[in-house]
Amino acid sequence: MRIAVCVKHVPEGAPRLDPSTKRLDRDGEGALNHFDANAVEEALRLKGDSGSEVVAVSLGPAKAMDSLRKALAMGADRAVLVSDEAAAGSDLVATSRVLAAALAREEPDLVLFGQQASDSDGAVLWAAVAERLGRPVVSQAMELSVDGGSLRVKRQTEFGYDTIEAPLPAVVAVSDAINEPRYPSLKGIMGAKKKPQDVVSLADLGVDPGDAGESGSRTTVLALAEPPARGGARKIEDDGDAAREIVEFLTEKRLV
Amino acid sequence: MAILVFLEHRGTELQKGSLGVLSRATQLGGDVAAVVAGEGARALASEAGKFGAAKVWVCEDEQVAQPLPGPRVDVLAQVVAEGGYDTVLFANSVLAADVASGLAARLDAGLNWDLVDVELRGGELVGKRPALQDSVYADVGWSGTPRLALFRAGSFDATAAGGGEPEVAEVSPSYAAHSAGARLVGQDEEKGGGPSIEDAEIVVAGGRGLGGPENFTLAEELANALGGAVGATRAVVDAGWYPYSAQIGQTGKTVSPKLYVALGISGAIQHKVGMQSSSVIVSINKDANAPIFEFSDLGVVGDVHEIVPKLTELIRQRRG
Repeated sequence: MRIAVCVKHVPEGAPRLDPSTKRLDRDGEGALNHFDANAVEEALRLKGDSGSEVVAVSLGPAKAMDSLRKALAMGADRAVLVSDEAAAGSDLVATSRVLAAALAREEPDLVLFGQQASDSDGAVLWAAVAERLGRPVVSQAMELSVDGGSLRVKRQTEFGYDTIEAPLPAVVAVSDAINEPRYPSLKGIMGAKKKPQDVVSLADLGVDPGDAGESGSRTTVLALAEPPARGGARKIEDDGDAAREIVEFLTEKRLV
Repeated sequence: MAILVFLEHRGTELQKGSLGVLSRATQLGGDVAAVVAGEGARALASEAGKFGAAKVWVCEDEQVAQPLPGPRVDVLAQVVAEGGYDTVLFANSVLAADVASGLAARLDAGLNWDLVDVELRGGELVGKRPALQDSVYADVGWSGTPRLALFRAGSFDATAAGGGEPEVAEVSPSYAAHSAGARLVGQDEEKGGGPSIEDAEIVVAGGRGLGGPENFTLAEELANALGGAVGATRAVVDAGWYPYSAQIGQTGKTVSPKLYVALGISGAIQHKVGMQSSSVIVSINKDANAPIFEFSDLGVVGDVHEIVPKLTELIRQRRG
């Protein structure tokens, strides 16, 4: 079985937006999106001692190889980075197009995603990628098992838990409750350097540059502003009478 | 503008979040259509009409009987094509997010997610999206149609618009092979009769400051008195005090109720992003320097174990 894990290289520390491009500033140090570590861990767990192959795939600047190397250090077998100036600023439509093209080349039986990107708070990419690959998709997986040609997922929803089965190949987004990601060992870190690390361009994938980046996107950021302030905040010390003061406050706001 | 709203239902009830989006859509002007897919969809058309839908597309095909995204992408693609809609709106949920994203790829349509509002500016649709842990508000737009928008849970109140019986149209698309691939083989509902925390108008949440799992009864009793639901921070869920399904924050649920009561919660960014769009926030914490006070409408420095039982009792008295 071949498992592809999609990972994102996200800015470290407090992310900021570049006011001129209105894009996330990706010039500083970055790290593997920690939600994606759950997806890498799940791929490695599914692989176990089998002959399965785990390939980590990312779309991002050249520096994103750092995050792919972390996935390799954890135990992934090889890495593919799609890096192309023309892909910068891609929205969901464009990102899913490029990523699907990269994944299609790998012909994986299973594609895994983490539950969200910690920089953009994006939590939708997998379904668009699955649609482009023409595969079933299951998200919010808190348990995952593969048996022969199908998978079984315990999905958490607003209402409880669903058990879902789907034939392979398929796309699954795992929740961060699914496992505890391992830390790369020193041996893993050293070994990662020798593992295959491919960098591919849009041309390599057969994607027209006009279909990626801003020209391939269908959404735009028009303006950035300060969030609305919360006015009239009050803070009191409890002198034994706080419960009554809270009730008065709630009454004033017509909440009780 | 020709707007279509995806309405999610559970059993015989339309979800409040999607009715809220429908209410907002009707305020933008023009006739608004809705789509309901799944068992019992037809019976819900009138209800959708009350909230302002002039036309309701219904699909009760066997393929959409289960709450899975794939077949719903087929239904929506068909409705968008047949009805010529240029805007499709969704209220966020595990199901709706996957449907919206799948539809975006199917139609090569722009999807703006995590929006808290939308407005018309000079005839153009503009979405409001908090970003970077809600420290920045971005105005976002779309190039080309259809425009897809996914709204944060609880962004809008559902208000019956007093609309009449809507026109009902049946839809039965051809389903893509991969859409029908996934199958639901089991369901395990969360117990508890109260509202789900994402739908509740009042949420009482507990954190480490409660002191132990047994003290969650403080939160439960207050929630009960207020008619609300109980939430929890990541720290207490990780510690096993309360189930993950109640977790509010970056790795849990995002809520924006009318009232959020935070008991013994410090207000770490992880938690803040999941609740700060609540209309009114009341917090009780022993630590006067807790960050939660920076975004509370009423902050009380004090001991939850002393204040909460009194508060619960006072509210019970008021409610008779």
